[in-house]
Amino acid sequence: MSVVAVPERAARPEPRARGRRVPVVSIGIIAVFVLIALLAPLLSPGDPYEQSLRLRFRPPVWEERGSWAHPLGTDRLGRDMLTRIIWGSRVSLAVGALAVLLAGAVGATIGLVAGYYGGRVDAALMRVTDATLSFPVILLALILAVTVGPSFTNVVIAIAVILWARYARVIRGQVLTLMTLDFIAQARIAGAGAWRIITRHLLPNTLNTLVVLVTLQVGYVIIVEASLSFLGAGIPPPTPAWGSMIAEGRDVVTSAWWVSFLPGLAILLVVLAFNLLGDWLRDTLDPKLRQL
Amino acid sequence: MLRFVLFRLLQSLVALAILSVVVFVLARATGDPLHMILPMNASEEDYANARKYLGLDRPYVEQYFSFVGRAVTGDFGTSIRARRPVIELLRERLPNSLKLAAFAMGASLAIAFPLGVMAAVKKGTGVDRAAQIVAVLGQSLPTFWVAIVLVEFVAGRWQWLPAGGADSLASYVLPGLTLGWFVVAGMMRLLRSGMLEVLDSEYVKLARLKGVAERKVVWVHALKNALIPVVTFAGIYFAILVTTAIVVETVFAWPGLGRLAYDGITSRDFPVIQAVVLTTATIVAAVNLGVDCLYAVIDPRIRYSR
Repeated sequence: MSVVAVPERAARPEPRARGRRVPVVSIGIIAVFVLIALLAPLLSPGDPYEQSLRLRFRPPVWEERGSWAHPLGTDRLGRDMLTRIIWGSRVSLAVGALAVLLAGAVGATIGLVAGYYGGRVDAALMRVTDATLSFPVILLALILAVTVGPSFTNVVIAIAVILWARYARVIRGQVLTLMTLDFIAQARIAGAGAWRIITRHLLPNTLNTLVVLVTLQVGYVIIVEASLSFLGAGIPPPTPAWGSMIAEGRDVVTSAWWVSFLPGLAILLVVLAFNLLGDWLRDTLDPKLRQL
Repeated sequence: MLRFVLFRLLQSLVALAILSVVVFVLARATGDPLHMILPMNASEEDYANARKYLGLDRPYVEQYFSFVGRAVTGDFGTSIRARRPVIELLRERLPNSLKLAAFAMGASLAIAFPLGVMAAVKKGTGVDRAAQIVAVLGQSLPTFWVAIVLVEFVAGRWQWLPAGGADSLASYVLPGLTLGWFVVAGMMRLLRSGMLEVLDSEYVKLARLKGVAERKVVWVHALKNALIPVVTFAGIYFAILVTTAIVVETVFAWPGLGRLAYDGITSRDFPVIQAVVLTTATIVAAVNLGVDCLYAVIDPRIRYSR
């Protein structure tokens, strides 16, 4: 019998489990943008490349000189903003998805191999990982983009080069913990080889973390892609990309604020949705995961 | 401890050596810089002469070693575009970047610490919710877009603060805050989750039972341990800060290293690119080394795990 009443841990509601509802709004926003990207040719009112110098810098419909012909106004070359934002979602989402999947695949493989084999392999791989993690890699991405020329593929590769290290670090950490557990030893005794243990036993146990990391990083990738495009090292014009659209409107922000502002708003919405979804996934699937 | 420091130092040097090779190869691959320097109607002979004059006709390996040999002594050659020694450019720009980074870091710490700690202490209240909003927005807003909006409204329309240049203290505010924004978000999150974990631990309960003042429990006992994850990530934060600086300096016309890098890359100025990347990498490596040593002091377990 205890004298001091100390509340049992389980008696209190877990701080995380309570009040975390499914982020319906985030999922909705993501779904809408994915649909927009997929159906861009059907949805957009015009041609994203069609120029009309006579219709330069038309304001959005709610401003004084605006008209329904161009609901979100037009840019420096008289191109329809709404159309370009719709088409820009393709670039952002495609780069986001591809870069994250590529980085995730490479990073997870390295993490699994390093964690499984340990010793020298682990030391060597982790050295490279650490060096990548703590280096301002956007400098390398910029050089890469300028070196091999800005293009969709190069942007995806450059961003994947930036991102893989984080997956490798986190997954390797998890594998190290898993390796001490009995079921791995038992699999070994049963005669399972390295390939089988990695793919059948280790990988499935790190999937939750992978899903969380992937979701959280889509938003970051979209921002990095936009930054690269903004600096002129991303998706080359005239392809509509949100980052380069912001850059194009930079000099006229005083007279035609919508050219820069609206694509930025689109970025904010998508990235916010992915981050909130990622946060929720982390709290639900992998509450111990620490991230930036 | 000494062994640990030496080992980490060696590691950093190896990483820098590898990086110098990568940078050298990439910079050479950005295309022929002579196209940018020589006039349109230059003849083959002009190209050959210029190549010889700039030492670009020698074998790559030779160029690399002469580059490293001189770089160690601070001689990065002459900027192809500015036609001035690169070291002079670095000397002009580096202090500006460091000052901006220091300002941004100071401002972020001043905001992130109280906010992160209070969010954990007053979990679920308005403070916590405000902190969460700051954190999520900080990681979702594209820096360059924030910069443009700030330049337009705060500096342009309302004329509260200067939009560019590095003249007065006021000119630090906009670029500094833009730069620090992301760091505030991340650091606050780490502090909050760290504090929540620590506040729930046995030793904090003991301190409370002993009758230690709540303020001391939070700001001394708990914070000390909640700091460990923040220190772990400090090196990465610094790298992010340096990265973001390229964009921020470009938008705010800040005469720093980031701007120099951007100009160097767009004009294929090899010596400048190499110098900026290597200088930045050296600084980041030094900061990381410092952070790791600090970490080893705070948390002795780390010393033996490597």
